Amino acid sequence: MTTTDKTLPAPGLRGRGGPSLGERLRRSFGRWWFAYAMLLPVFVVMGLLVFYPLGRGIYYSFTNADQYNALNPLQPSTYKWIGIDNYTRILKSQEFRDVLGFTAIWTFVNVFFHFTLGLALALALNRTLKFRGTYRMLLLVPWAVPSFISAFAWRFMFNNPYGFLDQFLIKLGWETPPAFLGDPTWAKFAVITTNVWLGVPFMMVALLGGLQAIDSDLLDAAAVDGANAWQRFWSVTLPGLRPVAATVILLGLIWTFNMFNVIYLVTGGGPGTSTQILATYAYQNAFDFKLYGVATAYGVIILSILLVFSQFYRYTVKRMGEETWS
Amino acid sequence: MSSTGATPPVLAPPRKRAGQGSRRVRPWYMSAVLHGSLVVATIIAIFPVFWIGISSFKPRDEIINSPTLNVWPDNWTWSNYSDVISANDYEFLHWFGNSALIAVLTTIVGVFLSATAGYALSRYRFPGYRTALNSFLVTQMFPAAIIIVPIYQIITSLNLIDSQLGLLLAYSTVAVPFCTWMLKGYFDTIPISLEEAGRIDGLTPFGTFWRIVMPLSTPGLAVTCFYTFITAWNEVAFANIILLSPDKYTLPVGLRTYVFQFDQAWEKLTAGAMLVTIPAVLVFLFAQRYLVSGLTRGGVKG
Repeated sequence: MTTTDKTLPAPGLRGRGGPSLGERLRRSFGRWWFAYAMLLPVFVVMGLLVFYPLGRGIYYSFTNADQYNALNPLQPSTYKWIGIDNYTRILKSQEFRDVLGFTAIWTFVNVFFHFTLGLALALALNRTLKFRGTYRMLLLVPWAVPSFISAFAWRFMFNNPYGFLDQFLIKLGWETPPAFLGDPTWAKFAVITTNVWLGVPFMMVALLGGLQAIDSDLLDAAAVDGANAWQRFWSVTLPGLRPVAATVILLGLIWTFNMFNVIYLVTGGGPGTSTQILATYAYQNAFDFKLYGVATAYGVIILSILLVFSQFYRYTVKRMGEETWS
Repeated sequence: MSSTGATPPVLAPPRKRAGQGSRRVRPWYMSAVLHGSLVVATIIAIFPVFWIGISSFKPRDEIINSPTLNVWPDNWTWSNYSDVISANDYEFLHWFGNSALIAVLTTIVGVFLSATAGYALSRYRFPGYRTALNSFLVTQMFPAAIIIVPIYQIITSLNLIDSQLGLLLAYSTVAVPFCTWMLKGYFDTIPISLEEAGRIDGLTPFGTFWRIVMPLSTPGLAVTCFYTFITAWNEVAFANIILLSPDKYTLPVGLRTYVFQFDQAWEKLTAGAMLVTIPAVLVFLFAQRYLVSGLTRGGVKG
């Protein structure tokens, strides 16, 4: 909690003898009108552009809206309520299972490498070291480059057969190197590689901040008590990193799960649907197939997965003894 | 909402001293391993940018027909740059201008909305406070997939398809939840006594916010502006469906047309990419000293 609370409201008087509800509302407004006025713009805009669309999107997911009966300015909408048909059709389909499977692989593999590589680099940079500043600055380059440019750069390097990687593998003696973007398995490898490259610097910087916040006296005390480097890392450094790590891992999971740019710009989801994740597949349903009802149903599924997952995550982290959020 | 791939920068307290790890002298082989792995990591980190850069000086047939791997161009040329700039009636410059205009306007709208909201959440514990704060957290999780169809419908019904205003509407909230959160944390660190003094001297509540708190929050505001700008600058999903005519495209949508076509124009893409990347990297490397680590502070604490 903050230490700058200006005023705290008196506990509301309940029951008989207190002021009437109207009176209490009036007093409350007299006291808090400024706070509400300052929040008004953001809630008006978010109401129109986030919460209304959310409700509307959930409604669409129970209809058969598509390009023939909805969202056409030239003719009235004629889409109908079809109950949970979109959901049953999605959950039964093979595409959904494939896309869900790859979404899970995509999310966990990415965040695993973001975290482990970010932690390794942060540990290396947290030492007295020549050229430390230079390393740190150059390692931030993947974060500094606009992400759509990075996606194009990797698409360029993965090109078959004249891209850098294929040419390099030929030099190493692989006569017919893989078509990274044309083969379903290699395409998965390609998008994940791109996104790992893109996400490591953020983790590195966040974890470096966490490392620098660990009291060095604790490490010294452990060393005096005879703990070796591994024991100091395992028993002092890692527990000290836990609050930062818990937060950045959750954020990383949510962002990666919803990542659009890398997949859309490196493979476009292809070949076939082999590199689609739920977020990009919903987009393809909406704007390539123009199946608005199906697309929003995918959106609702994504939101449910994220809500369930983040509750589970917070519960787990709390049980491990850390408060991420008050 | 954050489907754009921009990872947010984070505000941090003043840096503690660096390099507090081992203070003993390392044996030479440990140093070699440490520097060796850092050098490899650095090469991997900068190689894609280097490769785009070096390729932008190669003529087209060296890029796509080169039978063997040539790192350095056989025939250095600047013509890719002049080609990409002058192609189709200077469309690249239009895209650059469109991207800059939309990102600047999004930043102004977004930061104003987050600053007012962040201030209310920092200074007042009004009824509904907890709900308001949590609504910003939950909004972070809303996938673009649900709301993009209804927003597309709103923009269609306002007749704003293929207009920059339509895109601005779609973008105006994209970074707001995260920035509100971050600015609330920043405002929390500003002592309240200054505002009390301002009130006694006769400033209105909004006056204290605008003339005392905002000027004191320049570092926090700078980081929020930077984050919002980057988010809008990188956005693809909305821009791709809202902008239809090539002269209205933003950079990601426009550059995408060079490589998602049968005859991939990599020579134009590499040159265009360098023209976008160099200013972005310079700004970032200059700004990064202000966006230091420490995610748990400010942004996340309740």
